[in-house]
Amino acid sequence: MSDVQLTAAVPAVATTGAGRRIGRVPWGYWVAWTWLGSVVLAALFAPLLPLWDPAVPDYSNVFGGITPTHWLGGDTLGRDTFSRVVYGARASLLVGLCAVGMGAVVGGILGMVAGYFRGRVDRILSWIADVVLAFPGLVLIIAIVAVLGASLPNLIAGLAILSVPTFIRLSRATTLVVAQREFVQAARAYGCRPLRIIAREIAPNVVLPVAAYAFIMVGVFIVVEGSLSFLGLGIPPPTPSWGGMIAAGRTELLRFPHISLFPAAVMFLTVLSINYIGERTRKQFEVKEANL
Amino acid sequence: MTAAAEDPLAAPAPVETPTAPGEPLLVADGVTVRFHTRNGVVRAVEDVSLELREGEVLAVVGESGSGKTVFTRRVMGLVSGGRGTEVGGTVTFGGTDLTALSSTELSRIWGAEIALILQDPMTSLNPVKRIGAQITESILLHRRVSKAEATKRAIELLRSVGLSEPERRIRQYPHELSGGMRQRVTIAIALSCDPRLLLADEPTTALDVTVQAQILDLLADLQARLGMSMLLVTHDLRVVRSRSHRIAVMYAGRIVETAPTSTLFANPLMPYTEALMNAVPPVAGPNHVRLQVIPGRPPNLIRPPAGCKFSPRCPYAQDRCLTEEPPLRDAEPSPLSEPSRRSPSAAPELHQYRCWFPVGSPAWAEAKARNVERGSSAAGTPVTEEMVLT
Amino acid sequence: MTDTMPVGATGAPPAPPAAPTGAAGPRRPGRHRHTARYVRARLTHLLLVLLAVTFLSFVVVDLLPGDAAVVVAGENATPEQVQAVRETLQLDRPLLIRYVDWLGGVLTGDLGSSFRTGQPVLEALGERIPVSLQLAVVAQLLALVIAVPLAVYSAYRPGRLLDRTTMTLGFAGAAMPQFVLGMVLIVAFAGGFSSILPATGYTSFFEDPLANLRSIILPCVTLMVAEAAVYRQLLRSDMISTLQEDFILMARSKGLRPRAILLRHALRPSSFSLITLSGVNLGRLIGGTVIVETLFAIPGLGQLIVQAVFNRDYMILQGALLFVAVAYVVINMLIDLLYLVLDPRVRRDV
Repeated sequence: MSDVQLTAAVPAVATTGAGRRIGRVPWGYWVAWTWLGSVVLAALFAPLLPLWDPAVPDYSNVFGGITPTHWLGGDTLGRDTFSRVVYGARASLLVGLCAVGMGAVVGGILGMVAGYFRGRVDRILSWIADVVLAFPGLVLIIAIVAVLGASLPNLIAGLAILSVPTFIRLSRATTLVVAQREFVQAARAYGCRPLRIIAREIAPNVVLPVAAYAFIMVGVFIVVEGSLSFLGLGIPPPTPSWGGMIAAGRTELLRFPHISLFPAAVMFLTVLSINYIGERTRKQFEVKEANL
Repeated sequence: MTAAAEDPLAAPAPVETPTAPGEPLLVADGVTVRFHTRNGVVRAVEDVSLELREGEVLAVVGESGSGKTVFTRRVMGLVSGGRGTEVGGTVTFGGTDLTALSSTELSRIWGAEIALILQDPMTSLNPVKRIGAQITESILLHRRVSKAEATKRAIELLRSVGLSEPERRIRQYPHELSGGMRQRVTIAIALSCDPRLLLADEPTTALDVTVQAQILDLLADLQARLGMSMLLVTHDLRVVRSRSHRIAVMYAGRIVETAPTSTLFANPLMPYTEALMNAVPPVAGPNHVRLQVIPGRPPNLIRPPAGCKFSPRCPYAQDRCLTEEPPLRDAEPSPLSEPSRRSPSAAPELHQYRCWFPVGSPAWAEAKARNVERGSSAAGTPVTEEMVLT
Repeated sequence: MTDTMPVGATGAPPAPPAAPTGAAGPRRPGRHRHTARYVRARLTHLLLVLLAVTFLSFVVVDLLPGDAAVVVAGENATPEQVQAVRETLQLDRPLLIRYVDWLGGVLTGDLGSSFRTGQPVLEALGERIPVSLQLAVVAQLLALVIAVPLAVYSAYRPGRLLDRTTMTLGFAGAAMPQFVLGMVLIVAFAGGFSSILPATGYTSFFEDPLANLRSIILPCVTLMVAEAAVYRQLLRSDMISTLQEDFILMARSKGLRPRAILLRHALRPSSFSLITLSGVNLGRLIGGTVIVETLFAIPGLGQLIVQAVFNRDYMILQGALLFVAVAYVVINMLIDLLYLVLDPRVRRDV
């Protein structure tokens, strides 16, 4: 038995009143959601917005500065940076959401299977996860792009494969804990079929931590996509992507920093918002995670 | 604070009846602790005053959430004010006002003069440190001794708390010991610097029933031999019946009754105390007595009931109990009271209680009859004949 | 991609299982036998991982379009010349045979030679590995040196100024893509606003220690920032939950000062996730950091691997991937062994 107040009293070393800040939602949280919402909406409705064509060069706007018509100036070919940032959001978000979504679903299911059945299934899945983790991801991506061609779906597939092992591990660890709980033991004792137990009893408890983690992974994959575009391995031009835009402005970084700076800032703010929201959301599951 | 040379632990002295408790060692005056949380103010401890004398064992009894643990930690100074925690009242230990000390000054007293034993020995030992290191740590901190001397002392301590093979134990890790053995280790740690006051917070609750008695007897034995004062916190009245001089019953952060142990058992005045006793199987008597359960739940400490905090669960509650909180009052010397078995020479002790209708009084008999007749207390709790058969 | 994989993406390590609560634990001989069995089982598992990774790399390389023989023989080679090259390189033999051959070579210490330059693979690796190793180790140490004290103090006083400041900075650091950070650093310190550090290139430590240090500062900082941010957050949160433990209260009640409690009682039991993550990151960094190597023109393993893929230089690629996998495996083993040292409760049966 532990007294109700114990929880409030014990963290005395860590100051008793850390709870003061927990209660209210800081303004940054709403700012982050607003930013993220704007980016998503802009990406969704980009073709409907009154934007310049992101692919058409305009030689009067090469290295162009900020003007009333070109809000964020122009790039090395004079294409409108604002328009390209908006269209670039489509690519970034698509890659992030799809790759993580696929990885989370596949990895989540495999992880539950491994964690529930243990034994040989677990060993084989853990082994596969280890193999993928030990294999340099970049080589895999290059191979996929080289074999299947550089395209958005191939990129997504490659990144999804790379994210599977991590989701297997997370989902497996959560399942190991959940499977020890009374309601799962009870379902087992009643003679429920394993797949039913996984679907009805375990999955609802695994979904939240996996989803919270997946959310943060979206931000990570936006950066990964950017890095690949930066190396020239990402979405092929002229389709705009944030990483490609940053890379394109690299040669003129000193004279016209805004060409790289604006897409970099947008990417930074988007990832920052995702991380911030994710961190606050993750706190809700901290108790569960502590048992991992 | 004697050195290891004349260590009272080394050679067990014959157990004798503890002498009469002497001067007040610990005086808690109006101790109050409130936690400001998102949901409101938790009034964990409200205006608790207690006195503990040299060599005395004072039991603090109450359910979960009665504030007894927080009170103990406030007494020691482990709970301090600031950042969402509000504290009030003073705690005087050996003439020093602990509440006025800085944390540095407090930590010189902790472990050396006041020691603490926690409820769950599974969690109160550091899992990655050897037993020996955890005992000598305290000795090396408070005593000017070498490491070798501290280790020697640790072995003696382990032997005195009844652990076999102490030389091997000091090299073991906590997970290699059973729960009972671990609690012996925490007792050894607590006693390592001969404290004058031992705070034992539910020292046996997490243990197997068979081990509980051993640990309690060990504590009683060590307390008597070392002449320590002890604050024994528990939810279990059985535990303290033969092992304390006085008992303070806490409910909703308040003291609701305090009396010498034998007086309390012979003549409980607060219905809550009575209910606690009925919830415990009698020490002597038939084995399969129907135990009574206290109806309802411990009070919400954020929005406690207006009048008597126990009134919603009390079978004798009247209208007055719901609106007016009873003060802590002195009881008339009761004819049922007899001298405490464990401190025969003690001066007549105060018996205080907090109730408008103290058990056994004519007003109580009237209240009881009224509630039985209408089938419920003033708070609406169902009352049956059987429940109030005392 | 190696260097942009999320620092936090490696998944929380399985915490040491709860201690068995029986009577006295296993005695020493039993414990050693147990440890030995554990190590043996891990070794088998990791050896299988090695085999799979190297075989997988054979398959992947084989799948790559473009004929290595054509690449090696040159654009203008005649079909006969290409065929001759193919035979010399034994590319006409089945995949499995080539793999077994290669494996045999590996066991005798022969990793073959580059198709293009004829340089022995071991020699090529020998040039690159120290560079990547230095970057990886220095970056990890920097990240830990910065993150650990900040995390410990933040956990001790959560919500105070230092905690809030470092948390905000950490969020910014973790959201900053390496290639952006690297570019910013180059502009700021190497050519743009000031030129106090070299923008590109790498000098060996044995050639010129000072120039070596100067050449790795910017790359290491680029690598370290996001990791330091994640480490601080991870250790802080583990530390805060450790500080809620009863044994911390017990340590306080002994009269220990906060510094002693934090460093001697709380840090070690809080450090397991951090150690795992840091180890995994170290393993990944040793395998090369393509982005940073590209940005700062550093001849590391990452560059070697990417070039080998584009050049269809199988032997180099095979050898490099073998090293990366070995590094991963060895570091995983070391982490497991470190658990055994740090946490006496770890008695995992595999």
